[in-house]
Amino acid sequence: MGAVIIKTIAVYVARGITLLLAVSVLSFALASASPIDPETRYRLSHPGVSDENVERMREYWGIDEPPVKRYFAWLGGVLRGEWGTSTAYRQPVLDVVGVRFKTSLALMMTAWTFSGLLGFSVGCVMGVFRGRWQDRVIKRVCLIMCSIPTFWIGLVFLAVFAAALGWFPFGLAVPPGVPPEAVTLGQRIHHIILPAMTLGFLSFANLALHTREKLIDAYGSDWAIFARARGESDVAILFQHGIRNALIPAVTMQLGSFAELFGGSVFAESIFSYPGLGAAVSAAGTGATDIPLFLGIVIFTACFIFAGNLIANVLTLIIDPRTRRSTGI
Amino acid sequence: MNALEVKNLSLEFLMYDGGFARRYLRVISNLNITARAGEMLAVAGSSGSGKSLLVHAILGILPKNARVEGGMTWFGEPLTPALQKKLRGREMAFVPQSVTYLDPLMRVGRQVSRDKAVVGGLFDRYHLDAAVARQFPHELSGGMTRRVLISAALAGKPRLVIADEPTPGLSPHLAEHAMKHFRELADAGAAVLLITHDLELAVRFADEIAVFYAGTTVETAKASDFTDENRLRHPYSRALWRAMPQNGFKPTVGVQPYAGNLPDGCLYAPRCDMRSPECGQKIPPPRAVRGGEVSCYNAR
Repeated sequence: MGAVIIKTIAVYVARGITLLLAVSVLSFALASASPIDPETRYRLSHPGVSDENVERMREYWGIDEPPVKRYFAWLGGVLRGEWGTSTAYRQPVLDVVGVRFKTSLALMMTAWTFSGLLGFSVGCVMGVFRGRWQDRVIKRVCLIMCSIPTFWIGLVFLAVFAAALGWFPFGLAVPPGVPPEAVTLGQRIHHIILPAMTLGFLSFANLALHTREKLIDAYGSDWAIFARARGESDVAILFQHGIRNALIPAVTMQLGSFAELFGGSVFAESIFSYPGLGAAVSAAGTGATDIPLFLGIVIFTACFIFAGNLIANVLTLIIDPRTRRSTGI
Repeated sequence: MNALEVKNLSLEFLMYDGGFARRYLRVISNLNITARAGEMLAVAGSSGSGKSLLVHAILGILPKNARVEGGMTWFGEPLTPALQKKLRGREMAFVPQSVTYLDPLMRVGRQVSRDKAVVGGLFDRYHLDAAVARQFPHELSGGMTRRVLISAALAGKPRLVIADEPTPGLSPHLAEHAMKHFRELADAGAAVLLITHDLELAVRFADEIAVFYAGTTVETAKASDFTDENRLRHPYSRALWRAMPQNGFKPTVGVQPYAGNLPDGCLYAPRCDMRSPECGQKIPPPRAVRGGEVSCYNAR
């Protein structure tokens, strides 16, 4: 099995490189074609600047060079680890992305684990009770959940759990006014729960409904008939066979949802003033229009989503023996 | 000794006819079979005659919208849902027909039994390599699958073995092997119920043959009766006999009626060349004719 997995990873990494190149070309082209003009922005942020200085700025940034040349200059920098300087944060892009990604990762992984475990278990419960009132009630709840936008559920959570009940803080990743080294893990967890729940609610219902479908298929399959004929109950079939069979689509779906997760984190982080990558995207995309940071985050996010799909493919190889060619393990 | 007796069994499914209109769709009517310990009873009939549903009814694994009427007894005791639950996988074994009845994601050995010693013993008995236990269903050949499925069914100590179409898709050689396995089980004292549409194999290996038509038994007779058309009693059994390749390959006009448009009276009457006015009134009750049992008013 090891050889098959290494080969799969190699093939996907090769594809990933071409994907990243395509993403970089496309996003660079879009940024170049956008109406954001560096000169106008420069004049706006430096009132009273002389034409001579503006001319020097144009030359320094190579604004008058052809786009293809500028793209390769930028790509060369990216490959050397020089991703440019964020105009909004006045720091190297890589530093901004690195720090913010760590904060975001904690949030996204909490939300992801939460939605994965909850979605899969709820899906299993619906599968076992398929067609009965328990299933019908939960299914309706899930359908409603699917239709609720992230920002709305975030506001409701804020109103209920932060404002009315006062269980959780209103926002931020750490308590305000506390030096970073004095922040305890407990405080971090306390701050992450509401944004993580908001983000997790985005995908749990979807996963639950898909798991339900997969289990209903499983219960109608020939091997479920045989299991029943051998005296296994529905619950025994779930634990003996159902979970394993429903796990493949669930894992693929959950790992494939990294893009939605990242998209959702933009909303969740804005609502809770959570200083993560999502908030940086909003900052780079609106108001400051920070092109270097924006491009940096696009490349970084593409890597992140690609990693999710790669892991899904490798896990499928491990869980489903039919996807492996060789018989030995 | 009668292991399983099915008397006047009827099976209906509750269907929704669009909107709120509901009706029962009858798929098995007035069915009678008796499986005796130490004997092999073959149930022969074409597709759609209700053979697989009979198996599900005996095991008690019908879907919830099914309604069963009539009596089943297990060694003289009424076969209730509670008793079925107790017997399934233990005293009643089901041998399914294909690899799709195995969980594709689980190693074969664990599906036969969780007790490794039991798996070893069964694999020895059916000449399966011990390494097969570590394989997944999709890695098995047709013949191996057949032996694995029998092993899985026999992990308990069954007194009734129900085999659902165990031979289609097998070469004549492998099919014969499979039949020999079931014959051995019957000779060792179990009652074997063999669902098949291969009349030729049934004649060679079974003790008795029950002929199914449109969800009912039309005739039950000794397997040896099926070697000669004149020893058969029911017109459908004879038509079936004539349709066998070695007996002329002759088709009969008409088609088997399906659930939802069953005729009144004898289900075979519309295609029968012996029909008389009473055939259209009521399904003929089974009666003894020349040592067999036939549901026909005009059989001699």
